[in-house]
Amino acid sequence: MGAEEAGAELGWEPPSKLGWVAPHVAAEFPGLGISWIEVDGRPGRSPEPVRRRLRDLSDRFYGAHAIHMRERPIPWAYRVFFRQIGLDPDRTRTPVEQLALDRLHDGGFKARGMPADALTIATVETGIALRAFDADQLQGALCIRDSAPGESLPGRPAELARGTLVIADVRSPIGLLFGATGEGRGVEEGTRRIAIAAVQVNSVPQIAVEEALWMVTAALEGA
Amino acid sequence: MDGHGGAGRRLTGKPRSAAAYRAKLGTGMPDLLDRDMRVAIGVGGDERLARAELRRQIGRLEREMGTLVAEAFPRMQLDAAVPAVTRPARVLDLGELEAVRDSLAARIGAARRRLSERDELETRNRELLERMLAAPAEYKWLQISRDDIGAPGCGHWHSRPRYGVLGMLMGWWRVRISSGCPLPGRLAAVEREKSEEALPAR
Repeated sequence: MGAEEAGAELGWEPPSKLGWVAPHVAAEFPGLGISWIEVDGRPGRSPEPVRRRLRDLSDRFYGAHAIHMRERPIPWAYRVFFRQIGLDPDRTRTPVEQLALDRLHDGGFKARGMPADALTIATVETGIALRAFDADQLQGALCIRDSAPGESLPGRPAELARGTLVIADVRSPIGLLFGATGEGRGVEEGTRRIAIAAVQVNSVPQIAVEEALWMVTAALEGA
Repeated sequence: MDGHGGAGRRLTGKPRSAAAYRAKLGTGMPDLLDRDMRVAIGVGGDERLARAELRRQIGRLEREMGTLVAEAFPRMQLDAAVPAVTRPARVLDLGELEAVRDSLAARIGAARRRLSERDELETRNRELLERMLAAPAEYKWLQISRDDIGAPGCGHWHSRPRYGVLGMLMGWWRVRISSGCPLPGRLAAVEREKSEEALPAR
């Protein structure tokens, strides 16, 4: 009996889809990956349990956590990856560090509605970098690759610098890796189905990625 | 050797074909399949091991920097920033990775020096505090804070005369220890008082 059949018998499905990484990029960055999951959901005000969870998270997150965060394996792995792709994680913050900084600045994790709050909870709890896209605007599998000459982000006239690392579907880039999202590809007013993508880097265990995606799904499905 | 497949074999160590990728991608990105991958990342395949080694070194240095920053907290803030090589993100070539590694190593060196200087200063201050506690009269009016000796929290030790001027004249010196950090309630009261003062009088 295969894993999928066994899972079906237990009423469990493999939760996420595995995207791919362009081979020459994967050769440079072993361990780099992208997984995503699609959930029915629309943007809107977060329900009370999610808001309460944000408050609880705020209560157990202090300045010392933010400082010592860089010593923890997963946030460290993202910092290292940022350095390796030419970003300074002390200027362009990793997702979890940006949230930590916002927490210290705002005095708490502020509710910003769904799916942002679900992403905040999962990112702070697991350290995994997550992105939300409009699932209906995506075609085929997600991937991480470098941009081709003449490519640009949807809705942006400026051509991407050659070799820019992007998240893409089969048509075109949908967002920069750890950067802006293309116009019409993010979660907007008319979104009815949300794709949550987790960017995995070297030293980040798959189970943490699955946990992060599960947390977001649980929060979105409960909304 | 064709440019595409050959580059792929050198970089990954596994043979692959453009047809296989085309099947994986669908028909949406022919351009991605047709270009030379070596050109795409702007580097040669022979340098891959060197780049991997540099990335490993960057990882190790980043861990070291993280430990130093955590060690310094909350006594001092170390500048761990290394200028970004590029924006947006891309695969760096050998020279760029070397620049990141070298900048990081230089930052760590500077951070270590600062931390070591600070440690020395704190040690000297702790010794001074011990001497002041033993003989307050020899260190008249000297004030040493917890921060000066690298201790967490607020407060200070102050060499002061007992009974004010009389103590000064009689040489009755002692070290007073401050009561520590203000309580949150008191701080809130001060804030409240300030905001009330700022309101226009009716």
